[in-house]
Amino acid sequence: MKIAAHDLGWAARGRPIVEGITLEVASGETLGLIGPNGSGKSTLLKLFAGIAARARGTVSLDGTALSRMNRRDIARRIAFVEQQAQTAEALSVRDAVELGRTPWLSPLAPFGAQDAAICAEALARVGMADMATRSWTTLSGGERQRVHIARALAQRPQVMLLDEPTNHLDIHHQLSLLRLVSDLPVTVVIALHDLNQALGCDRLAVLEGGRLAALGPPREVLSADRLARIFRVGARTLTDPTDGVTQFRFHCLEDQP
Amino acid sequence: MKRPATPVALAAHVALRAMAGVAVLALAVLTGVILGETPLPWSTVWAALANNLWNAGLPVDPIDQGIIWAYRVPRTLVAAGCGAGLALAGVVLQALVRNALSDPYLLGVSAGASTGAVAVTIMGVGAGAIGISGGAFLGAALAFGLVAALARAAGGGPAQMVLAGIAGSQLFNALTSFFIAKSANAEQARGIMFWLLGNLSGVRWPDVTLALPVAVAGFLACLWHARALDAFSFGSDAASSLGIAVRRVQIVLIGAVTLMTATMVSLVGSIGFVGLVIPHAARFLVGPRHGRLIPAAALTGAVFLIAADVVSRMLIPGQVVPIGVVTALVGAPGFALILIRGRVRG
Repeated sequence: MKIAAHDLGWAARGRPIVEGITLEVASGETLGLIGPNGSGKSTLLKLFAGIAARARGTVSLDGTALSRMNRRDIARRIAFVEQQAQTAEALSVRDAVELGRTPWLSPLAPFGAQDAAICAEALARVGMADMATRSWTTLSGGERQRVHIARALAQRPQVMLLDEPTNHLDIHHQLSLLRLVSDLPVTVVIALHDLNQALGCDRLAVLEGGRLAALGPPREVLSADRLARIFRVGARTLTDPTDGVTQFRFHCLEDQP
Repeated sequence: MKRPATPVALAAHVALRAMAGVAVLALAVLTGVILGETPLPWSTVWAALANNLWNAGLPVDPIDQGIIWAYRVPRTLVAAGCGAGLALAGVVLQALVRNALSDPYLLGVSAGASTGAVAVTIMGVGAGAIGISGGAFLGAALAFGLVAALARAAGGGPAQMVLAGIAGSQLFNALTSFFIAKSANAEQARGIMFWLLGNLSGVRWPDVTLALPVAVAGFLACLWHARALDAFSFGSDAASSLGIAVRRVQIVLIGAVTLMTATMVSLVGSIGFVGLVIPHAARFLVGPRHGRLIPAAALTGAVFLIAADVVSRMLIPGQVVPIGVVTALVGAPGFALILIRGRVRG
């Protein structure tokens, strides 16, 4: 499913946080959102999800504007994993994942065996199948993050929006999450901090001060010049001799060797 | 908890639980009718109920019959409706505001309802056109609107909502006292103070026809939105991205809460602690999922208030203790217990 933004903008108390964003993400593509802290990545994802109040511009799914769809229809297509969504309720892991079925259920179409199977599969995909009965409050930050991902998978979306999903995860779960996301046959927009991880996306959108500074294939977008200007770091490219894959090695600009 | 595998098993499971709930409620009502200041034997109670329900024509002393049918039955039914309504209001507010301390009392809804009811009763606001319940509803809606607006202006978090609620309660309680001081004579003032502490002494059949439909309608509205309330667990943004029409759900449920609170306050005065403690007790029993929590809270609230009413009638012989005093006497230690067990996280 194709998701497109036209002239998106959002302001807090008159101060623009995101401004004039126009871009398209093709069906099945993985778009990485990168940018320094406060560049507007989280706000842009909220705008894509259609949950920011007083938004400017339009977001459309396969040509239909979100503003012309109801929340339930949107939620059947778009799943959103926020940063640090917490609860004080004594929910179990399974309860939290089952929330993902909400847009598919109604008082007259209650949770059934098929929904249970979808939730079990979602939990298995994030490696939490054996923790279904654990209480939310006893989970570590990384485990909570994986439950949120499982909840989003249980939503059976065609578009997934992920706000720095690898935060709090250990390296094993970071890599398996990124592989899981890239294997999903859905359109993905993912905010990332680790620029080496961002290299794995199909395209990258670079945000700076709420504006789109660059958009394109990772290798083109992450030029040494741009990394110095926007991220204020120096970078050299290293090549792994075993498979020829390149990675960045970063250093402070002041420590230029 | 294991879930029944097939739709038929699920329906049977739900029906069984519903019947058990109704049975417990009926038992509680019966107990509330049997117990009272005047000890009446089982047989008399049974005969009086049978005479009124299906014209059994059994011989009963007309005074006993009057005590049971005109006094105890409506009183117990209204207690059940109020307990259920206030507990549901607490469940909904705690879910929507995402604060374990939310209840109609703390958020100023009860105080607003009291102010509205007092304004109508002793100041003649509305010139007889809106009635006490109408005045209570307007007062409750106004109070909640003010509290919500203040919380929003203060940043809109769960803590801000509770702080704004405290400010709102203080304001409306002061307004109530002001109205009483300004317009009521000594006799009226005493009566109103007694009513404000919660009192079911004046309850008669017409009150039942208001309390029960409101409680049942509120229960159904809450149960219909059980899944939406679950979706608020991770906040309103998360609810929205799960497909909940957040604004519409908030308006419908806050409307239901306001209606339930205003009705109950206008009938029996402002009863604290039910809306706060009962939801936590019910959560303790059946967990946080609203599909189970809502029926459990309604039932627990109804049974609790029937019991509190019985105690209020029997605690001091020959004198009725305000029911608000009883609920607080039980509620405060109960709440302390919940706090200590770490069930309340703010």
